[in-house]
Amino acid sequence: MASDAVVTLEALRVVRSGKVVLDGLDLEIGPGVTGLLGPSGCGKSTLLRSMVGVQRTEAGTVTVLGVAAGSAAVRDRVGFQTQSSSVYDDLTVTENLRFFARVLGRPAGAVDRALDAVDLGSHRDDVVSRLSGGERSRVGLAVALLGDPELLVLDEPTVGLDPVLRRDLWALFHRIADAGTAVLVSSHVMDEAERCDHLLLMREGHILADGTPAAIKERAGAADIETAFLTLVESGGPA
Amino acid sequence: MTPRVTLAIAARVLTQLRRDHRTLAMLLVLPCLLQALLWWVFKGSPLVFDRIGPALLAIFPFFVMFLVTSVTTLRERSSGTLERLFTMPMGRLDFLLGYALAFGAVAAVQASVAAGVAIGLLDLDIRGAAWLLVVVGVADAVLGTALGLFVSAFARTEFQAVQFLPAIVVPQILLCGLLVPRERLPQVLEFVADLLPLSYAVDAMEHLATSTRSGEVWRDVAVVAGFALVALALGAATLRRRTD
Repeated sequence: MASDAVVTLEALRVVRSGKVVLDGLDLEIGPGVTGLLGPSGCGKSTLLRSMVGVQRTEAGTVTVLGVAAGSAAVRDRVGFQTQSSSVYDDLTVTENLRFFARVLGRPAGAVDRALDAVDLGSHRDDVVSRLSGGERSRVGLAVALLGDPELLVLDEPTVGLDPVLRRDLWALFHRIADAGTAVLVSSHVMDEAERCDHLLLMREGHILADGTPAAIKERAGAADIETAFLTLVESGGPA
Repeated sequence: MTPRVTLAIAARVLTQLRRDHRTLAMLLVLPCLLQALLWWVFKGSPLVFDRIGPALLAIFPFFVMFLVTSVTTLRERSSGTLERLFTMPMGRLDFLLGYALAFGAVAAVQASVAAGVAIGLLDLDIRGAAWLLVVVGVADAVLGTALGLFVSAFARTEFQAVQFLPAIVVPQILLCGLLVPRERLPQVLEFVADLLPLSYAVDAMEHLATSTRSGEVWRDVAVVAGFALVALALGAATLRRRTD
């Protein structure tokens, strides 16, 4: 397991405005599509932000692709999408992508590939502020894809999207993973669990379960992940 | 710092401005209109306009760029785009210098237009070289940009950011020699005025108006540039890759 870990967390501790959000978390994330599932406020975003090096941490280490998270050597190898789309509202889709491509030092062709991947070609010349919420979050996703990253960290990329689009995005995540990129997707919607190769169930800063969806359900003796989650919470502590 | 990234940021800021016609018009036309208004106010006593005209040329770029920068960088902090850039190969200096470059370029246009209007239409008497007016204007604008970047760290909303204007810019305008020549201020205020960057920008413009010698102008520009560098360094200190 340790050999193919893309992200390794050791004793990670994060305190935000006096509140302990993560307390000595150990975790390994491997290739494929990994889902980080848990209710809002359980620390998912904090965990993801730690992996891309923008979260102030109090103790512990986060290693990404063999080096410290957020260090210069890894910043052009990791793609990140925050919950807000984090793009410029007053620029067009293409202007946004071209700008971030230049920051990443990628050729213009990367812009078209990223646009095609999120199916936004028909909106390329639209100003972002005129797009729907779903389209806007896909612009953010396209930016995360620009650098052909080896690790893609996506914070709730499918929230509020049309079911058809959600299915298409999950298919995209698997295509990206099949091409060799490790994909980490957070969600607070438990029914997205079945779409992941690997699952991390999180609650109140702790990992309740870490395994394939089938293994987690079997261990909890539950028919679906939502029930498994409840069983694990009620049996107390990590499985 | 990477020149590619710095230039990308400057170009992006300029693209945003280009799309925002109203702001662009305010940046370029408003200083001229305000100048014309003051000229009109003092139509009966043209000597007064000759005295405050150069000071206005120093004040506008500083005032406007401070305002525009503090709001845009605040937006960049709150919309998550700054954080996204920090997950990418962008250094803090790329961000700061990108903004300084973009607004410096706008300031060059602004200063040229404002100086053109003042000299050509409003008969402002300038003895020194006109191009030096633009140099002082740009130095001044970069100072405003640098201070704006710095204070944006202390505002949570755009509403708060705007409040820094009366706190940081207006006192400098009151003390820079616009209302009363600095040497006629009460001693304590004169001392304070000598510590404020806008005083040196106004000094530079006044030297340009009254003398053909450029030595004093360059000395003042150097002081303004020094203040701008300090403000940029302070701004860099407030830009943190890792936040709560």
